[in-house]
Amino acid sequence: MTEPIIQVSDLSKRYHIGVRERYMTFRQALVDVIATPIKRLRNFGRSSHREADTVWALKDISFNVAPGEVVGFIGRNGAGKSTLLKVLSRVTEPTTGRATLRGRVGSLLEVGTGFHPELTGRENVFLSGAILGMSRREIKQRFNEIVDFAGVETFIDTPVKRYSNGMRVRLGFAVAAHLEPEIMMIDEVLAVGDAAFQAKCLGKMNDVSRAGRTVLFVSHNMSAISRLCNRACVLDAGRLVYDGDCQGAVQRYLGMIADTRTARLDLRDHRGRKAGMKPIITSLALRGEEAGGDEQADRNVFRTGEDLVIELGYDTAGEAFNHIFVGIHSALGERICSVGTHLDPHFNQTLHGRGRVQCSIPSLPFAAGDYSLTVAMGNKMAGNADCVVDAIRFRVELDDYFGTGEGLRHGQGHIAQRCRFRQIGPQERSQEDLSASSCVHHHSS
Amino acid sequence: MRMFFKPERPHQRKPAGGQALAAALPRTVIEPSRGWRSVNLREIWNYRELLGFLTWRDVKIRYKQTVLGFGWAFLQPFTKMVVFSLVFGGLAKIDSQGAPYPVFVYAGLLPWQFFAESLRRSSQSVVASANVITKVYFPRLVVPLASVGGCLVDFAISFLILIGLMIFYGITPPLSILWVVPLSVATVVVSLGIGTLISALNVAYRDFRYVIPFVVQIWLFLTPVIYPVNAVPPRWQWLLSLNPMSGIVDGFRSAILHRPFAWGNLTISAATAVAAFLVSLIYFRRIERRFADII
Repeated sequence: MTEPIIQVSDLSKRYHIGVRERYMTFRQALVDVIATPIKRLRNFGRSSHREADTVWALKDISFNVAPGEVVGFIGRNGAGKSTLLKVLSRVTEPTTGRATLRGRVGSLLEVGTGFHPELTGRENVFLSGAILGMSRREIKQRFNEIVDFAGVETFIDTPVKRYSNGMRVRLGFAVAAHLEPEIMMIDEVLAVGDAAFQAKCLGKMNDVSRAGRTVLFVSHNMSAISRLCNRACVLDAGRLVYDGDCQGAVQRYLGMIADTRTARLDLRDHRGRKAGMKPIITSLALRGEEAGGDEQADRNVFRTGEDLVIELGYDTAGEAFNHIFVGIHSALGERICSVGTHLDPHFNQTLHGRGRVQCSIPSLPFAAGDYSLTVAMGNKMAGNADCVVDAIRFRVELDDYFGTGEGLRHGQGHIAQRCRFRQIGPQERSQEDLSASSCVHHHSS
Repeated sequence: MRMFFKPERPHQRKPAGGQALAAALPRTVIEPSRGWRSVNLREIWNYRELLGFLTWRDVKIRYKQTVLGFGWAFLQPFTKMVVFSLVFGGLAKIDSQGAPYPVFVYAGLLPWQFFAESLRRSSQSVVASANVITKVYFPRLVVPLASVGGCLVDFAISFLILIGLMIFYGITPPLSILWVVPLSVATVVVSLGIGTLISALNVAYRDFRYVIPFVVQIWLFLTPVIYPVNAVPPRWQWLLSLNPMSGIVDGFRSAILHRPFAWGNLTISAATAVAAFLVSLIYFRRIERRFADII
């Protein structure tokens, strides 16, 4: 058993929320105006606030990290992920608890830390490098690599204020990416730059984790977490609620962000009901399988490849219907696909009275994004008696559906289609290869 | 890679990650700290390169995109000297103890300008570095230190004007001018002291941004820059010396114009200077742990 490189025990961090006091009288207000600065001056650097005015950004966090582990941290906004990295990189002090780190720590909580707009790219590489903890000698050694990676050779002696946003971000990331501490803490930096640069950053991150460096990585990008990390922690309201493999963490996180209130809707007064339609579809719910069980639960976030279950409640009010139709739309409103009772060879019931119908869509083939459902009910011949547009919304997260860590980028389609590539027949050298190698041969002889 | 955290073995370099090596790596313990802390000189020494870079940045950007560039470092003290000579030497006829008034006033302006400028810059320095302070760890003292360091360049340039003035008035530099060296160190100590204190206070109370300009102005009149110490009745001179800049300015003048030092006053000023310096550093250390939260 190797000694952990990071040991965190019962770490908590409390923040004070500004308290607003109500002045009773003008005299009181005057007294307060005079007394408050004195009181505050006296209390500086000490906590005097009541428990009610405080919020625990982190509460009793404990975990160990072994050398070489790449740990992802996920959670909703304000769950405490960034605060945790800030405490561990010593930017801010914990309120209670203790953490022990072995080795130098590089923290990358922002891209382009310490950049000054008036200075040139070259000067900023040295400045930012020094702030992040590199020595002048190290920066000199890696200077060309950094500039190459950022792709800003031509502008290296131009003040950074004249850089485009993309160039500044690239240079900032390049400096940070060439840090070589034993422990690296990274916060959401992959959310910057264009798609090509993001891919490059992910590649670099991959190298970093392969090099045996210990990495703590905060991100909202589930496929990045699945790809880069061999372990993930889920934070919720300052507490560590999950610590284990990535798949479980992603599932836990998706379960958390799934708003169960909007996963089951009463449809009787839905605004999306088309004019002239009767409220026959009374409720609509989205359900998915729970982590590690056969149980189903309401939720509106699904991973690609999961089974989606649509549950529809109806009240036919004396009529009889034999057709249910569901259309799935993208966030932009394009129809992605449609399902209906007429496409299921085993369904031949007549719906009469009140009841519920379930429609399962096995292994959802959608790419990451937001989707909405349009539901309709009626008769095959007579048409729809009820139709609700945009009745319910759900989100799909790709996770690591393809097993390559790669996902589909925006604009690459809505369907996550698995594929197999293989080579057929022998591979021959092309004419260019032949002439190039003979050239080399010629010169060397 | 130089020292992220207070390392126990600063010169040990290790290849990344290796599990067997983990035991030999520098260890950092993160815990809530309590009470007063002393200044960690070793840590600041470890970050000397960063201090150098920040100082260099301050100097570099000060005169960026100006036509005169470093000309401003000459022009500012020179203009002040000319104006003071005209108003206080020419019109008000303030006693300059036998020396030409421009030399007399400039000998005082030399440390004063450095002090005033360091105070102005360092008091803003921590707030101005908010984006870095909330993102990366380094000893926070480096920030006001670098501001004062940046002012040293202007200080050096303003010495050239003194030399020019002395040549112009045909004054041979006396041997006592060597006293300027320890006196300059004292000026740096005072500037650092007051500067770090205000930079820390400014984090929580931005009022200090407005307080500083007129404090500096009033302070100028409480310091014998435009008038000689003798202008104050002898029995009140000790009171004047409680202002550390007072003894320093008077000392500069004695050193440059070769006059006897007022050792008593100088000692009082030196003592208040050191006291202010220590109190400021300790106060800064006490509240720096909260910088990232309240900045």
